[in-house]
Amino acid sequence: MTSQGLGKGESIHDLIAKSRNRKAKKITEKAMPALLFITAFISVLTTIAIVFTLIFETFEFFRRVSLTDYLFGTEWLPFSGNNPTFGILPLILGTVKVTLIAVLVAVPIGIAAAIYLSEYASDKARRVIKPILEVLAGVPTIVYGFFALTFVTPILQQLIPSLKIFNALSPGIVVGIMIIPMIASLSEDAMSSVPNSIREGALALGATKFEVAIKVVLPAAFSGIMSSIVLAISRALGETMIVSLAGGASPTFDFNVTGSIQTMTAYIVQVSSGDAGYGTTIYYSIYAVGFTLFIFTLMMNLLAHFIFKRFREEY
Amino acid sequence: MKYIEDTIVMKRMKTRINKNKGWKVFFLAGTLFALLCLVILVIRIIIQGWGYLDWDFITNFASRTAERAGIKAALVGSIYMMCIIAPVSMILGVGTAIYLEEYAKKNRISNFIRMNISNLAGVPSIVFGLLGLTIFVRAFALGKSLLAAGFTMSLLILPVIIVAAQEAIRAVPKEQREASYGMGATKWQTITRVVLPAALPGILTGSILALSRAIGETAPLVVIGIPVILRFLPDGLLSEFTTLPMQIYDWAKRPQEEFLYVASAGIIVLMLFLVIMNSIAIVIRNKFQKRY
Repeated sequence: MTSQGLGKGESIHDLIAKSRNRKAKKITEKAMPALLFITAFISVLTTIAIVFTLIFETFEFFRRVSLTDYLFGTEWLPFSGNNPTFGILPLILGTVKVTLIAVLVAVPIGIAAAIYLSEYASDKARRVIKPILEVLAGVPTIVYGFFALTFVTPILQQLIPSLKIFNALSPGIVVGIMIIPMIASLSEDAMSSVPNSIREGALALGATKFEVAIKVVLPAAFSGIMSSIVLAISRALGETMIVSLAGGASPTFDFNVTGSIQTMTAYIVQVSSGDAGYGTTIYYSIYAVGFTLFIFTLMMNLLAHFIFKRFREEY
Repeated sequence: MKYIEDTIVMKRMKTRINKNKGWKVFFLAGTLFALLCLVILVIRIIIQGWGYLDWDFITNFASRTAERAGIKAALVGSIYMMCIIAPVSMILGVGTAIYLEEYAKKNRISNFIRMNISNLAGVPSIVFGLLGLTIFVRAFALGKSLLAAGFTMSLLILPVIIVAAQEAIRAVPKEQREASYGMGATKWQTITRVVLPAALPGILTGSILALSRAIGETAPLVVIGIPVILRFLPDGLLSEFTTLPMQIYDWAKRPQEEFLYVASAGIIVLMLFLVIMNSIAIVIRNKFQKRY
């Protein structure tokens, strides 16, 4: 049966309906790509909205507080009644302290786990261990925060008696535990993609497995491992609930890790959970702090992207 | 005649072999440390919270006293919020993925969209909270409602869903599309009747995993200003509500020791919730995923 002719039991009416359908089909064919493009454009709109809200509200903040005071001030006392000071450095230092501790914990352990999984473990062990590690990555951060406050801090206080209830050490360690799976999983992917022929070449020359891992696989997977570390740093910088539960709320400008601190994220949470009225300087300050944080993480993400592209070895 | 003298080889390689063994133990210890953290975390929370976990805990509203505190409002709020996030984020995410994989030409605009998505994935969740506060709560005047929080969370997990859907769509072999075109199907017919059904398990798995991330997320909701102590259930899209992580956060902050146990009980419920969602995702992946 051709599409033009009449089939058995068909009337002209059906034929007209059919061709009308065909026209409708043409419209969907043309309309759908446009519609889908709009959905794709929403992700772009989201970025634009994020950047613009941050910039506009931050601009409002800088009409009240001078930019140099903000960037170079070493005192962050927004709640001190008559003379509030907004110097971002203590908050940045708090964030950096926690991130640094997290990196010190997560990088050795994460890469050790990645080397074990990719170079030593049997296929079966890998297939069991890797999903469990990914479960660790799926634990909500509020749970980690609770863990830091009620488990890690008391244990650390036994070891270091001078440790305060709120400190930089405990959230730093727990943020480290949180980003271990990220480093381990992404680094393992990078190491597994190094071809076996290269490994076997080194083994045939008499290298031990350890030498293969350190001298052959690690350099070959360097770009993937480095970018996984940088991405993990970006996660640690933006981590919120762990540091606001276990880190405290006193921004200090020193390198002490046993006392209470405040990170950029924890400050935003502190203001949001309180009643900072709309339109006050404190209200606008969370956007300035959020914008600062956004720039930090954006730089980290771009750096990770750059490392991955620049140092990538193709096989 | 023997070319390789075992004893000499052993003598020369001994330190290197021992080094290998020593480092192997270290690498294994690193792996086990990560697993041990998970075990300790789970066991401790179960020990602390088990005593407080009973039917009353599920059916009571929040309370000032630890014995009477329950999570009814939070549990219902989390489920309602999920009902908003799931359709919004999946329509946007899958739509974007179809556009990028099936329609987009390799030009500047599509490259820009791709780069934008990968950058969006790296934005801290608290910044999404600031976005939600400004755009949805204030500019759209939705208030601290289910809808405002649902939209914010949808945007937060959008990049994850897009990437998962893209991978699932890319995994559908080209031959199937060509066969469909060969039968006279149009592009849209091919997408809806061939590509999407084949990619559906992958899309669903990725989406459920992304949703479970949204369920466990706290920071954006704190910034939006979601209340914690609620004694009623949400009754509409613009109603106030609270979620499990918010409730846990509130309990964990309290100085009284009993509330730590209540918080643990809340965490058990939250984790069970997530385990169920993840199991569904795994079942879908194992049962319906086709390998080509």
